[in-house]
Amino acid sequence: MATPLTPILTAHWDDPDSFTIDGYSRHGGYDALPKALAMEPDAVIGLVKDTGLRGRGGAGFPTGLKWSFVPQNDGKPHYLVVNADESEPGACKDMPLLMANPHALVEGIIITCYAIRARHAFIYVRGEVPHAIRRVAAAVREAYQAGHIGTNIHGSGFDLDVVVHSGAGAYICGEETALLDSLEGRRGQPRLKPPFPAVAGLYASPTVVNNVETISNIPYIIRNGVDWFRQFGTEKSPGFKLFSVSGHVRSPGVYEAPLGITMRELIDYAGGMREGSELKFWVPGGSSVPMLTAEHLDLPMTYEAMAEAGTMLGTATPMVFDQTVSVVKTVTRWLEFYKHESCGKCTPCREGTSWMTGLLETFEAGHGQESDLQIIDDICHQIAGRSFCALGDAAATPFPGAMKYFRDEFVAGTHTSADDAFNPVASTVLAGASTR
Amino acid sequence: MTATIPVPADSSPPPVDGVSITVDGVPMTVPKGTMIIRAAEQIGVEVPRFCDHPLLDPVAACRMCLVEIEGQGKPQPACAVAASEGMSVKTQRTSEMAELAQRGVMEFLLINHPLDCPVCDKGGECPLQNQAMEHGRSESRFDLEKRHFDKPINLSAQILLDRERCVSCARCTRFSEQIAGDPLIELFERGSKQQVGIAEDRPFDSYFSGNTVQVCPVGALTSSQYRFRSRPFDLVSVPTVCEHCSSGCGLRTDVRRSTVLRRLAWDTPEVNEEWNCDKGRFAFAHAATPEFDTPLVRGDDGILHAATWPEALERVAEGLADARGRSAVLTGGRLTLEDSLAYSKFARAVLGTDDVDFRARPHSTEEADFLASVVAGSGLGVTYDQLENAPVVVLAGLDPEEESPIVFLRLRKAARKRQLPIASIAAWATPGLGKMFGTLLPTAPGAEGEALSALARGGDTLGSDGRRIAALLNEPGAVILVGERLATCTGALSAAAALAHTTGARLAWIPRRAGERGAVEAGLLPGLLPGGRSLADAQSRAEVAAAWGVSVDDLPTKVGREVDAIVEAARAGAYNALVVAGVDPFDTRRPDDVIAALEAVPFLVSIEVRPSAVTEFADVVLPVSTITQRAGTFVDWEGRTRVFGQVFRTSLALTDARVLAMIADELDRPVGRQDVAGMRKEAAALAPSGSGRREVPSVAASSVSASSGQAVVSTWHHLLDEGTLQRGDDDLAATARTAVARVSAATARAAGLTDFVTLSTDAGSLDLPVVVTDMPDGVVWLPTNSHNSNVRRVLGVDHGAIVSLASGGGA
Ligand SMILES: Cc1cc2nc3c(=O)[nH]c(=O)nc-3n(C[C@H](O)[C@H](O)[C@H](O)COP(=O)(O)O)c2cc1C
Ligand code: SF4
Ligand code: SF4
Ligand code: SF4
Ligand code: FES
Repeated sequence: MATPLTPILTAHWDDPDSFTIDGYSRHGGYDALPKALAMEPDAVIGLVKDTGLRGRGGAGFPTGLKWSFVPQNDGKPHYLVVNADESEPGACKDMPLLMANPHALVEGIIITCYAIRARHAFIYVRGEVPHAIRRVAAAVREAYQAGHIGTNIHGSGFDLDVVVHSGAGAYICGEETALLDSLEGRRGQPRLKPPFPAVAGLYASPTVVNNVETISNIPYIIRNGVDWFRQFGTEKSPGFKLFSVSGHVRSPGVYEAPLGITMRELIDYAGGMREGSELKFWVPGGSSVPMLTAEHLDLPMTYEAMAEAGTMLGTATPMVFDQTVSVVKTVTRWLEFYKHESCGKCTPCREGTSWMTGLLETFEAGHGQESDLQIIDDICHQIAGRSFCALGDAAATPFPGAMKYFRDEFVAGTHTSADDAFNPVASTVLAGASTR
Repeated sequence: MTATIPVPADSSPPPVDGVSITVDGVPMTVPKGTMIIRAAEQIGVEVPRFCDHPLLDPVAACRMCLVEIEGQGKPQPACAVAASEGMSVKTQRTSEMAELAQRGVMEFLLINHPLDCPVCDKGGECPLQNQAMEHGRSESRFDLEKRHFDKPINLSAQILLDRERCVSCARCTRFSEQIAGDPLIELFERGSKQQVGIAEDRPFDSYFSGNTVQVCPVGALTSSQYRFRSRPFDLVSVPTVCEHCSSGCGLRTDVRRSTVLRRLAWDTPEVNEEWNCDKGRFAFAHAATPEFDTPLVRGDDGILHAATWPEALERVAEGLADARGRSAVLTGGRLTLEDSLAYSKFARAVLGTDDVDFRARPHSTEEADFLASVVAGSGLGVTYDQLENAPVVVLAGLDPEEESPIVFLRLRKAARKRQLPIASIAAWATPGLGKMFGTLLPTAPGAEGEALSALARGGDTLGSDGRRIAALLNEPGAVILVGERLATCTGALSAAAALAHTTGARLAWIPRRAGERGAVEAGLLPGLLPGGRSLADAQSRAEVAAAWGVSVDDLPTKVGREVDAIVEAARAGAYNALVVAGVDPFDTRRPDDVIAALEAVPFLVSIEVRPSAVTEFADVVLPVSTITQRAGTFVDWEGRTRVFGQVFRTSLALTDARVLAMIADELDRPVGRQDVAGMRKEAAALAPSGSGRREVPSVAASSVSASSGQAVVSTWHHLLDEGTLQRGDDDLAATARTAVARVSAATARAAGLTDFVTLSTDAGSLDLPVVVTDMPDGVVWLPTNSHNSNVRRVLGVDHGAIVSLASGGGA
């Protein structure tokens, strides 16, 4: 039997006013808030810990545990920073969530701040999405007006201010410490850890950085409890998740399902492969995780199963590619992205991504030298595990994965260009095979 | 080497927790918090590095220092991982993981590097070259096109950047931000386009910019002064000590074929650590400008003629023959300890006069008493290390960034690392005070003494800051630093001494010039003999006479005159002769009077390196060696002897001490050979014995106030200004701060000032741009000797004087 979808965050996305405070409140929105405010802050942390909720920003770090690292009674202000920088190629779940259900995030923020004793929260939204920024800002404004944010919230004595901040368009600013630098008005580059943000983050004060989706889970958890949450997913990957499926499926989009659903099921929910299309390869969580092929379609989409298969769940934003796609071209595009987004701080990523991209472009153009494949592989190994932050590791990921399954295509790049081998039009919606 | 400094500093380090680790199998215990890269150094293992610098916060950016730590799957940066108990570290010497990681990083660093070593200034002393030889491959695998940038770009008039050589280590940017507090350079752009740059119209005009050239591990940063001038392997390097200020920086002077090409900061952990200021680094052209070739003797035609040494000495002997007891000796603040001792002896034992004073600058009797009682013979007092660890430091009449830059760096370090509270008694909060996170105790010129007394009374009248600072002053190790300009603030030095006495705080005097502390130790003040002894004290006289090998009867007993009084006396015809060495009349408060005195005196001997304002009036000019031609000793503000060697060892030029010995011989009052070794022995013999210390002055504080249309002058020197020793370094001068006049908003309003102000006295006037500043009313601040702002030369006044203010017309 197919795993059923679990519309929770997405339940009312088709309401015309899902993004307003009324639309949200109509379905129990802001009911979790008084419930949480009636609890001890530590009890809220304990409850989230018990759910086993793992961060939805890619690394899957246990959320309750992260909150519990914030030192209490340290005399310093605490901060919550919501990471809405979603820039990973393939990832498109946080932006739709912000557009359709921003109040879940706002309510989640209030509860989280109460739990970690923060009086200030920041929502850091990538700069390229003014529509999403406007929408969250409107939701925050509505919440202020309703008295959910501000001073002495609902007579609880708890004060909170929420600021929506727009980034300036850099993938690296999604990395939590670079994000904090950017938020402080500096150039976004990752910071040396330790100290970790939970101890010395924003303005050197204890700071929790969480993904939009992570925080949006919180109201539902408070409303429904631990057991309810744990009925979804697996022991190590409890709960439900937004899967943004893109690529050569009939209906790309966000599908909310329990962790543990398989890719085959997700493709089915997305209407199956497009007309005449056959799966060639896919990635489970954005361009930063190693690719898989059809043989992996029945693996459960959990942190543990993906790791066992040599890849990662990442942001759970699968990209699906069919036979019309050149692997060489795909990997080259991704590397161009990493080269462009490398912050430049550390040598392996700064130099390695540009060298690797330069070499890959020769293969894409059909005049690569076979011996350079070894060099590219060496470059990846010289970056992986040696760069300053995970962006470097991510950049070192696509090529070795692609070589595992599609070495021949790269070898063909020594004499045939990617465009000659794969008609670029065939992979687009302009080709006869429509996606809808 | 010995000198008059006997008191050792208390420097037993506090105990620290140790952790036991192994590096390449060698067990060791290191203090908690030690980075692995430092621990490895202790067993002689050098982990390759670029971004690491022991005095900068780690960034772990270059990834060159990756090592294996047992139990960790990934190699870790040795520069940023602190040793922890039981850690087992394997460097490139024992770990393939580390070795491969380092080779990989080195390959990356070189792919875009231009490898233009043959034309690069760093070639031959380049960490990239050296480490590439050791950890790189012999042939490049990179055959794409390298990155290109326009080269070079100016970060300032002095500092140039060749961007394609940069390895993005961020040493320069971290130095500027962390050490100097001048974040004027930053890394810009992303990825492989990342580059160092400045903001538009904000050049890298930091007093410490030259250090970035030195810490850059490649040839990306160069100075316009040294760029393309030499190859390191053609240079001969001599450890030297800076002659500019009393900070006492250890330097390295690099010479090629009889020319000084470069000076670098020399690693001197107890003094300047690994830094120095741009003045000390770049201002050395003065030592290369044409000197006197021979002695000069004024003929009957009134013109100076070249003469042989015997002729000149004979003429000097004639001129000084009837000058015993009717002569005076004026020296500047630039002499070495050895030379100061020689003048001290020459004045007393040979000329029989106590009219001797090194203070060719504004001064007072109170200051002389203060120096004689508190400073002279006090040995190594407050040290840099003690500054860094003090509970509070009070600056009175001292802007360290301008007047003693290494004191500034050390204070900033302590303020940044351990929140050292610093308070400044001055008219306004200077940029330097801001960079030290200091507190201003706003004080009008002349009111410094009152402010110090207020601190002694608990600081109540100075508000909450005053109370906080006053309380901290009672804590053990508290420090009060007084600057040169307190000399003319009546009662201020007395009040500082009294404050130190009541609170138990330690007191140190920070003069501006390198030779001043040595001159005090040598007794170049009326009534003061070497080692803090008093001329008025019989036992002191006996000790000194014995050390000098003269009869005690040869020494004067009457306490002599100070500079201003000497100038007056000379004009009044009280002297038959004047001996002047290293004095610039324009450094004094009333340059005109000094020149009149030089003109008036019947016989004037000028002992100088090169022509000066004194030359014109001299009857005989005796040339002496430049700083690079001699060895010597400076005593820094701490009282630390800073011994330096001769850069040009083949120079035949004579030191002042040797010249004085020759004059003494000619006068038949021999004082010995007075070579450097001899003078150092003499210095040791004159070490303070504790006898004959003068009373600490207790002059009552008085203050000045200006009536309407007038203001009290507050002034001190900019580090880079029109000082004589900075001549000839145009690119350095271009980085100097622009002179402005500062007044409060109320003062500006009252005087109707808008953009410019005209300051005038009976001697002259200055026109300067106005900057309205938070400072006491009725006060105007301007730099003492900057372009368009020569307070002494043009206005004939100094700190604490009254000037008239009027709206200025623009330059
Ligand atoms: C290069 C890079 C980009 C990242 N971008 C994002 C992002 O856009 N959104 C996000 O939530 N996390 C991003 N992360 C992960 C964050 O560093 C961090 O782990 C996350 O925000 C923590 O939130 P969570 O615990 O709720 O997952 C990125 C990490 C890296 C290395
Ligand atoms: S891996 Fe290095 S260069 Fe790349 S983004 Fe991270 S810190 Fe910047
Ligand atoms: S200019 Fe030199 S010191 Fe500055 S970042 Fe580049 S290599 Fe490092
Ligand atoms: S701080 Fe003083 S001693 Fe040091 S280099 Fe500068 S001028 Fe010379
Ligand atoms: S020296 Fe350690 S990373 Fe640069």
